[in-house]
Amino acid sequence: MVNPELLFNALLTGLFLGGFYAAVSVGITIAFGMLDIVNIAHPAFIMLGAFVEFYLNSNFGIDPLLASLIAIPPAFLVGRLLYKIYYYAFERHGEESLQGLAFFFGILFIVEVGLLLVFGVDYRFVEADYIRKTIEFGYISLPLRLVVPMIVGLAMVAAIYFFTSRTFLGRAILAVSQDPGALRFVGGNPMRVKEIAFGLSIATAVVAGALLIIIQPVEPSLGREYIGRVFAICVLGGMTSLGGTVLASIIVGITEALTTTFGGPSWAPAVAFGLLIFALVVRPQGIFGR
Amino acid sequence: MNTIEPTVPTWATSRSRVARRYLIPLTASVLIVLFGFALLDWISYEYAYLAIYTILQYVVLATAWNILGGYAGYVNFGVAGFFALGIYTSVVNYKTLQLPLPVIIIIAGIVAGIVGLGMGYLTLRLRGVFFSIATLAFAVVLNTVFNNWHFVGGARGVPVLRPDAPLFFGTYPRYLFGVLLVLAVAAVLIARAVEYSWLGRGLAAIRDDELAAECSGVPALRLKLMATTISGALMGMAGAPFPYYITYIDPASAFSLTIAVNTVAMPVIGGMTTWIGPVIGAVMLGSLQQITTVTISSALSLMLVGVLLVVFVALAPRGIVGVVKTLRERWA
Amino acid sequence: MSEALTLHAPILRAKQLTKRFDGFIAIDALDFTLGQRERVGLIGPNGSGKSTFVNCLTGALGIDQGSVEFNGMDITKLPAWQRARLGLARSFQIPRPFKSQTVRENIEVPIMFAVGHSNPDQIEAEAEAILAQIGLGALRKASPKSLTQVELRKLELGRALAAKPRVLIADESMAGLSDPEMDEVLDVLLKLSADGISIVLIEHIMRAVVRFSQRIVVLVAGKKIADGDPQEVMSHPEVERAYLGQ
Repeated sequence: MVNPELLFNALLTGLFLGGFYAAVSVGITIAFGMLDIVNIAHPAFIMLGAFVEFYLNSNFGIDPLLASLIAIPPAFLVGRLLYKIYYYAFERHGEESLQGLAFFFGILFIVEVGLLLVFGVDYRFVEADYIRKTIEFGYISLPLRLVVPMIVGLAMVAAIYFFTSRTFLGRAILAVSQDPGALRFVGGNPMRVKEIAFGLSIATAVVAGALLIIIQPVEPSLGREYIGRVFAICVLGGMTSLGGTVLASIIVGITEALTTTFGGPSWAPAVAFGLLIFALVVRPQGIFGR
Repeated sequence: MNTIEPTVPTWATSRSRVARRYLIPLTASVLIVLFGFALLDWISYEYAYLAIYTILQYVVLATAWNILGGYAGYVNFGVAGFFALGIYTSVVNYKTLQLPLPVIIIIAGIVAGIVGLGMGYLTLRLRGVFFSIATLAFAVVLNTVFNNWHFVGGARGVPVLRPDAPLFFGTYPRYLFGVLLVLAVAAVLIARAVEYSWLGRGLAAIRDDELAAECSGVPALRLKLMATTISGALMGMAGAPFPYYITYIDPASAFSLTIAVNTVAMPVIGGMTTWIGPVIGAVMLGSLQQITTVTISSALSLMLVGVLLVVFVALAPRGIVGVVKTLRERWA
Repeated sequence: MSEALTLHAPILRAKQLTKRFDGFIAIDALDFTLGQRERVGLIGPNGSGKSTFVNCLTGALGIDQGSVEFNGMDITKLPAWQRARLGLARSFQIPRPFKSQTVRENIEVPIMFAVGHSNPDQIEAEAEAILAQIGLGALRKASPKSLTQVELRKLELGRALAAKPRVLIADESMAGLSDPEMDEVLDVLLKLSADGISIVLIEHIMRAVVRFSQRIVVLVAGKKIADGDPQEVMSHPEVERAYLGQ
């Protein structure tokens, strides 16, 4: 018999994780779903962000969320620079996919090893008031270290949604994936739009890094677990759909939480990847379809 | 007009050049193996054999990967999965039947080949990019499975004792070296045979333009499945001796990201379109890593791999072989 | 029931072929026939679905409704490579050569896979013959990346020919060609027709279509609006409207 309290808390945890996973994946929805750039190094940038926030927190006492705000502008610039390199090396020649994959694989590796060299293999964590607090309602427990990332994560996705649906630049990003020619026609510059979009993608990664380090201590190789998760969520969510990303994130989050609670934590990494394989084989166009 | 070298040299298919097609490579292979065995008398420094073992292992892995990656254009990030299948077939054997190493290598190859066929059947209909992501997923799923399988040690792993080496070799490291030498030569011969055959021509067409290839009569899915099976089988074979090399095997070392990145970097750096590329890449990068690990640090040597991969894929995507070809074409 | 035995049976037929992309109907219940040794021109404004139709016929795209028959056999479920082996060949609107291979190797691929030769000397001989036929012999060792548009289109055609087709669908092979070059290509196609190959010519250049076709089919927004004698079709009011309204 399944303990209802356990089940309910697992579902709740899954929901919180889902919100966080949405923040983690939205960058891939932009980079891969909209720009067709397979940035498998995205999780490495999340880790990079997490460690930057750790550094600012442990050396200057800055709250991780605040630290992520500080990290956004440089992250944005790094993203733009990375896109420029990607464009000149690959996109221009029309050979994006395969060599681009190898390129980002290399970047993933470089970032991870770099973090290893600078920070070592130990787990690092941040200190902030709300991290240890838990709000209890009867048998419902709401650990703030999970709730805050969920709220911030969903807020970030919502912000991006408004950006892409209400502003010219945002709509240009949506347009550039479908029809670069038409975009030029209305006065947009496809390359610059893509550059900004990719910069945005990396910026979301460093924010997601702050959320990650609030949830749990981090070490450099943690990013690997997330590769499958983010692509699973992106594919399940229909690639370009932000709403789909959120829904898929919650599904993944809940499935993982249930697996961890009832099957043991050692099976959790396989959940997202298993869902991904399932999604790719059974429904390549995702839940929301493209 | 700019002429390029044909994908398959004419002497490789012409009926009149049988000698060059068969005799030379086979003779060379035999000579290489004999030379290798002769080294057993000359080199008494045991560590050297383990170092060369690593390089030979990468020759097999890089060559195997390239059959699907370089020839067909499908990037397999699940190298670790196939390698681990070989490893764990060997571990199961170690804990049960204790069959001799050459036998278990063949069995590992069969196991990995069948799994490769199955994985390919599920994922090869996907666009190249999705295939690559799916292979990554496959590796992680396998990793989790082995983490939870207590018979082979689960996450904690198992120690592996080296049995006695066959008399001819003396010590076990020499035996490992000898076995991998033969395996590496075999792998290269297989890759070469594929490359020069109709299978290789079909894979090249798929790599260049899969749709146009299909409309020209190339049965893309079938050929890709063949490539995946052969590639997976060879990677599994490379994994079988690994437990005896490392003497303590756990999923972390089996699914090491280093092995995955190296296996992709070596063909990229050496050159992906022909069998020589992975060999060059494996020998050069492997040796470089051995040297930097000992002289500087293992972390920096890993960083080096990543940097070289990125630099080559961005600036010299056809690898060292490609650079040489370009120079030859320009001066022709 | 084998219609192949009847003299007047069509060699290629699409019945009520429908293709949708996520709700957008690209091809709408199209009926199309190609007779043995017939030369049919397929015209229509940009975006009318001509290339989509070709993709459906050749198996590059799956269809939602309807069927495709080749020589009396239902090939609707067959993959593209099997259709190629049966003798259904096409050239691509935008040339898609095998970029890492030489011009001759490009031609050799269909010889090896669609026709199925394995003797290297035979493969070489046939490749050389095709190269001569399309006039690219001197470029046999060239890289496709260094070819001009014209040469690329000839290579496209050569690759389709190398498959020894019974039906050839030439998708805009003549874009960008000068008048004499166009006539050159047309002559090749006419000779192929005389040799027994049934041809569908998809073109925008009216001069070529009218000169070449025994029958013209007009496609607008996925629907067939005319099908018959070239002169009659060209003076059909709806056809004029479709083109003038472009």
